[in-house]
Amino acid sequence: MQGELIKRAVGLMENGTVNRVLGWRRGEFVYDITPSVFSDKDDLEKNFVYNEFCGNNLSRYLVQESEKEGKIAVFLKPCDTYSFNQLCTEHRIKRDNVYIIGIECYGKTSADLLREKGISAILDAKNNNGTLIVETVYGEKQIPMMDVMAERCVSCKSKKHVIYDELIGEDGGVLDSHRFDQVEEIEKMTAEERFNFWRGELSRCIRCNACRDVCPACTCEKCVFDNPKSGIRNKGAADDFEENMYHIIRAYHVAGRCTDCGECSRVCPEHIPLHLLNRKFIKDYNELYGPFMAGAEIGQVSPMCDFTKEKDAEPSIVQKGGAE
Amino acid sequence: MQRIGVFVCHCGSNIAATVDVEAVAAAAKKVPGVVFSADYMYMCSEAGQALVKDTIKNEKLTGVVVCSCSPHMHENTFRKAASSVGMNPYMVEIANIREQCSWVHKDRELATQKAIGLMQAAVAKVQLNAPLTAGTTPVTKRALVIGGGIAGMQAALDIAEAGFDVDIVEQKPTIGGKMAQLDKTFPTLDCASCIVTPKMVEVAQNEKVHIYSYSEVTDVRGFVGNFTATIKRKARYVDEKKCTGCGLCTEKCPMRKVPDEWNMNMGKRSAVYIPFAQAIPKVATIDPRYCLHLTKGTCGICSRVCEAGAINYQAKDEFIEEKYGAIVVATGYEMIDPGAYDEYAYTQSPDVVTSLEYERLMSAAGPTGGHLVRPSDGKEPKKIVFIQCVGSREEDSCKGGKPYCSKVCCMYTAKHAILTKDHYPDTDITVFYIDVRTPGKLFDEFYRRAVEQYGVHYIKGAVGKVVPNPVTGKLEVQGADLILNEQVHIDADMVVLAAAIEPSRSARQVATMLTASMDTNGFFTEAHAKLRPVESPTAGVFLCGMAQGPKDIPETVGQAGAAAAKVIGLLVKNELTNNACVAHPDEWMCNGCSQCEKVCPYGAITYVEKEFKMPDRTKKMRRVAQVNEAVCQGCGACTVTCPSGAMDLKGFSNSEIMAEVDALCR
Repeated sequence: MQGELIKRAVGLMENGTVNRVLGWRRGEFVYDITPSVFSDKDDLEKNFVYNEFCGNNLSRYLVQESEKEGKIAVFLKPCDTYSFNQLCTEHRIKRDNVYIIGIECYGKTSADLLREKGISAILDAKNNNGTLIVETVYGEKQIPMMDVMAERCVSCKSKKHVIYDELIGEDGGVLDSHRFDQVEEIEKMTAEERFNFWRGELSRCIRCNACRDVCPACTCEKCVFDNPKSGIRNKGAADDFEENMYHIIRAYHVAGRCTDCGECSRVCPEHIPLHLLNRKFIKDYNELYGPFMAGAEIGQVSPMCDFTKEKDAEPSIVQKGGAE
Repeated sequence: MQRIGVFVCHCGSNIAATVDVEAVAAAAKKVPGVVFSADYMYMCSEAGQALVKDTIKNEKLTGVVVCSCSPHMHENTFRKAASSVGMNPYMVEIANIREQCSWVHKDRELATQKAIGLMQAAVAKVQLNAPLTAGTTPVTKRALVIGGGIAGMQAALDIAEAGFDVDIVEQKPTIGGKMAQLDKTFPTLDCASCIVTPKMVEVAQNEKVHIYSYSEVTDVRGFVGNFTATIKRKARYVDEKKCTGCGLCTEKCPMRKVPDEWNMNMGKRSAVYIPFAQAIPKVATIDPRYCLHLTKGTCGICSRVCEAGAINYQAKDEFIEEKYGAIVVATGYEMIDPGAYDEYAYTQSPDVVTSLEYERLMSAAGPTGGHLVRPSDGKEPKKIVFIQCVGSREEDSCKGGKPYCSKVCCMYTAKHAILTKDHYPDTDITVFYIDVRTPGKLFDEFYRRAVEQYGVHYIKGAVGKVVPNPVTGKLEVQGADLILNEQVHIDADMVVLAAAIEPSRSARQVATMLTASMDTNGFFTEAHAKLRPVESPTAGVFLCGMAQGPKDIPETVGQAGAAAAKVIGLLVKNELTNNACVAHPDEWMCNGCSQCEKVCPYGAITYVEKEFKMPDRTKKMRRVAQVNEAVCQGCGACTVTCPSGAMDLKGFSNSEIMAEVDALCR
């Protein structure tokens, strides 16, 4: 597939449709991937990579890239297209400056996930109809893909590209992913158990800000955590609870805008299941206001920004006198 | 650095009995930035205000904190006082140590601690306060009245009398409302149509009043003095300007089996109809649900017989937009459907009727021409049972019951009894009641007349069951007499249900459009139950009639006049001072995401592409929010929606609020 992608990207540059290509750049190791903008054909042919480790959601880089001169091509997996739409809804991406090539995705893995299964010294990995064939220094190993897939891919919400200019491969449908099962488990806990669960998970936070920096919903010109006037700016927290608050504030900030792409959990060096915070919000939205998927289409209004809905769970605007 | 003065009020014993006001004043002296503090018996008195003013001058204060009652009470008083000696009014903060402290606590020590906390929070806010200046906007000198019943008509006439244009929007084909459907009015027994139809004519003839009948308000934007309303003129299929109201079409229309709403569905009308003889505007309306041409494409008789050529089957709903300075809500009421109270057999027998249906049966313009007969067999009823409080004063909301008293039922039932006895003296009338409520001028006398002069049987007690007997055609009423403590069985010819009154079904939609609040029962709430009874909490929106709560005609008319007076008071002003506490964006932080625009209920936020000089000396076009300060009402919805915190509210900035919270948590 990688070859096909490179061929198409080069083609688009040659025929003048785009002057740059946003994709993934080869690293020292096969799992060592960096999002990258290619403006040179030779560089693209040599260093562009697409493999089982290319989990990065490229949408957020378009906030800056679509501002620049000329059109840019981007490769988006189905879940990335939701982020793209959401950013367009928020006027963060200039749609006209982007050429979207939708690509199929059957789930991504990572070196960490493979190492957890005892597979290290990885040289290459290929998904062969659901079996991951890993070439290592110690020889070839085979493992079912499901066993080493990222959680967000195991509970993939959609194989459908909600926006694209052209597709390479097949378009799929929205899936019944059971992605809220884990949230339900946490909901079943007592308040104390839940508090302890999150205190435990969040206690590992080293406040590297990676979750924020990778999040396609966190594209503010100036983040409140960097803004001296916001009153909550801090890098080194006064106590460990403040660290916890960072994640809670962030979850609130992306509520109604989070497309559940799972990048936050992917990049967390401490393996905190941050996506579960966001998913709780999404689940609540679905239950209180009816099914809502951020990024499903451009221009949709999040339930939290829509006070006129008759089905509003708290129609306080018309019932200031008290709830019914 | 601010120089802040703290003034602690005793409010007689209201505050001082529970809060150690001297301790609060003493604690204030220790707060950084406070250069003066004092306590005083009544800070809002002339002498108290003089203390504030003198101190501002003598101590060169830059900010003032008054620890007293709710800002709703006296914030304005102290802002004016400060302003009179040259201080910006927005440098005055109120710490509410009465409603939120002394009145709700008993422990003096704890209450004092809390009062000190509230004082410190207010000081922390004043530290960050900045002087604000309010702009002004012109007032649109036109009023909108929603609802064309007696309330709406009276309000419109009174406003027009003062020289302002008024539009009445009425959803029915005619104005007049429920009052026009009544037979007589209590306690004087005036003929209702004799007094309401001249009112309708007066409305129609008044050059300042414009009637949009068969219309609905579908959207309201803007704010006090500057509302923009969208009015949907439902397709009438008859040209209002051409129709002469001759009624030929209604006579020739072959579709004559349409339930007549005007007669509470007890009679039939044609598909093209004029609700009643004195309808205003006197124009025909085609009911698209029944018209043979509109449903089946056949017929077309009305268009052939109409000499004025007014029939237009192609008519479409039209939308017009109009600007208004003030809005009067007079959406009125409906009766609940007593069908849920099936023990009264309303759904089982046509001889069980609601009071409004009975009203039509009594009316000379009603389906029987004023001849009181049973709907089932057309015979004159000899025994009638009236059941009070059907759905009123009851908590069983699953049946549509209402916890409140519908207020007018006791009186209209006495009226029904008297009128019936007047016309048919041999009728035997029994009224089952919980209480008879007759507070009103000549009300109790009227009720006593029914009992003493007319011999109406009043039984305190409830009816358990009404059973229609198919053999005798009677309604077997089983009730309890609570005073004699015995069961009562009456074989009645008719049963009349005083069904509870509820707000018009369109009221909620109107409230939502106006962001006017409603109480749990769906009635519009007043800005203050005692002191501002005809104003909605939403500025520029006024209330009258049953929309605000159950009431009789004179009360409604009085309230309509009061609402009109408030409207006139608003419309005579050439301009209104804006709210100074408006939103404003930090353009450098604005992402251009439009979320604030979406949540703004006033449409005050727009987005522009603006050129910015970037730190690296390049220029960049950025999409940023702009607030129209004249339109912004300072609700703050945008500030909490903004993900980056770029939007802030003057006078209630995020940093000011955070400073208050920090001070309270210290």
